[in-house]
Amino acid sequence: MTKPMIEIDTVTKYFGDKLVLDRVSLTVNPHEVVCLIGASGSGKSTLLRCINRLVDHDYGTIRLDGMANDDPRFGKTGLQQRASIVFQAYNLFPHMTVLDNITLAPRRVQGQPRAEAEERGRAVLGRFGMDSFAASYPEQLSGGQQQRVAIARALMTRPDVLLLDEITAALDPELVGEVLAIIRGLKDEGMTMMIVTHEMGFARECADRVAFLDGGVILEEETPDRLFGAPQEPRTRAFLQRIVASGRL
Amino acid sequence: MTQKADAAHPRAVQEPVRRGPPPPPPKREFDWRSAAIPAAIGTLSAVIVFGSLAWVITSAEQWPRIKLQFFSLDAMIASFPRVLQGFWVNMQVWLTVLGCILIWALVLAVVRSLRAPWFAPFRLMVVIYIDIFRGVPVLLLVLLFGFGIPALSLPGLPNSGLFWGAVAMVLSYAAYVAEIYRSGIDAVHEGQRAAAKSLGLSEWQTLRYAILPQALRNVVPALMNIVVALQKDVALLSVIGVRDAVREAQIYTATTFNYSSLIVAAGLFLLATIPMARLADYLSRRDRRRRLQIAE
Ligand SMILES: Nc1ncnc2c1ncn2[C@@H]1O[C@H](COP(=O)(O)OP(=O)(O)O)[C@@H](O)[C@H]1O
Ligand SMILES: [Mg+2]
Repeated sequence: MTKPMIEIDTVTKYFGDKLVLDRVSLTVNPHEVVCLIGASGSGKSTLLRCINRLVDHDYGTIRLDGMANDDPRFGKTGLQQRASIVFQAYNLFPHMTVLDNITLAPRRVQGQPRAEAEERGRAVLGRFGMDSFAASYPEQLSGGQQQRVAIARALMTRPDVLLLDEITAALDPELVGEVLAIIRGLKDEGMTMMIVTHEMGFARECADRVAFLDGGVILEEETPDRLFGAPQEPRTRAFLQRIVASGRL
Repeated sequence: MTQKADAAHPRAVQEPVRRGPPPPPPKREFDWRSAAIPAAIGTLSAVIVFGSLAWVITSAEQWPRIKLQFFSLDAMIASFPRVLQGFWVNMQVWLTVLGCILIWALVLAVVRSLRAPWFAPFRLMVVIYIDIFRGVPVLLLVLLFGFGIPALSLPGLPNSGLFWGAVAMVLSYAAYVAEIYRSGIDAVHEGQRAAAKSLGLSEWQTLRYAILPQALRNVVPALMNIVVALQKDVALLSVIGVRDAVREAQIYTATTFNYSSLIVAAGLFLLATIPMARLADYLSRRDRRRRLQIAE
């Protein structure tokens, strides 16, 4: 049996008095891609943020590679280097060039010399077809290009897990493809990923498993074929029907 | 010229006339004729208002006396070297105090915006500091520090009124500037913090590399106003005997009973602040354009 990469064990999270995650359990094995779907406000982003401790959960345990995510052995920043989030709004630093954006963490957190970090930075940009933009500023790029840089930035610390939070939701439709192509490439290389997405076609094609989150509860967790083909829960069916009606499946 | 689709010639059926190069972009030349009339009216009304004001004043019976008291060319020339020397002091103090304010206020703002729990007592201290120093008039602080502390002649500390008066100005102004910095820090989008933290940056690194550079750029226009205000307020130090432009002008007035020296000082201040004010305008206009571009 392989050791799970991410183990979410009966995690509960409140924002004030509002229950946002209710005893959520979910396991992601190494090299697995798990898609998280669900209506807006169901707690998908919060679950990702709990994993790398952008917010702290209240009950339960989240283990990364067998170690609780609040284990002091991670040090101050070890956890974030191993599980990085890519955001819907890219969140690139607007005052830095593309190259400075992606080399910030290697240089300042991991203490790599500038030359070494930049060499690797250029290599990663090259892989994503962004090498000619190393000296550009984020506002000079299209949304798709910015998101590609954001993914490159998250990969620079060589994380074990990528957490992707609706990374194509802010893009114009014709730019979605170039970002999804990168995710497919990462999957082929064996990257472990947890992906929050509304692109059901992509989830169906790429995910090993799909989990449906509803009101902070995981109602259903299945292979994509079974979840999309024969959803068991009425609420899952209703959600998928709404998505079909909006033309996204 | 306007193409209107009417019933007889619906637009969709018309041959698209798209042979050859497209017409050149329209030239937006400065149109003298349409600009001349408003400009002329504006100038004329300004001339009438200020002209009649000047006429009323200069035709008053007392005008020769007023002129002698305030605008005596001889007195101006006689007092000019001293006042200019004093003004040089103003400029030096201004730049030094300004530098200290910008740094000290940054320390205050950073302490106030660090969120880690063990910073809570320091945050509280900064809040109290800002409340106190914004609430007390600068003039009072200058008197208190500039006269009070040298009078104690504390061992090991400088004893000059200028030094302590300047300290008072730094402490007071830094309270305002810290609040300006803080508004800039708060205006940086929360996603920037999340991104920095998600990359493993510590709270201090997040502030240093991600938040502060954006915050400082945001507050440049607001800071420019402080810079201009400070340039004049340095003259407050004259009340504790610092021989700045105002003090020198006063000394001349006291011996000659002629106020023209103060007018000279006023002229020097205007000469220095007006370009600064225009620069402030320019910077905030540029900043506005930048924001509009980003919002597009
Ligand atoms: N920082 C926060 N403070 C308070 N409430 C929050 C915060 N972040 C999210 N929430 C609330 O938690 C719920 C789940 O949010 P989120 O995880 O962003 O949902 P999703 O990503 O599925 O749209 C929502 O009701 C949202 O209003
Ligand atoms: Mg979300």
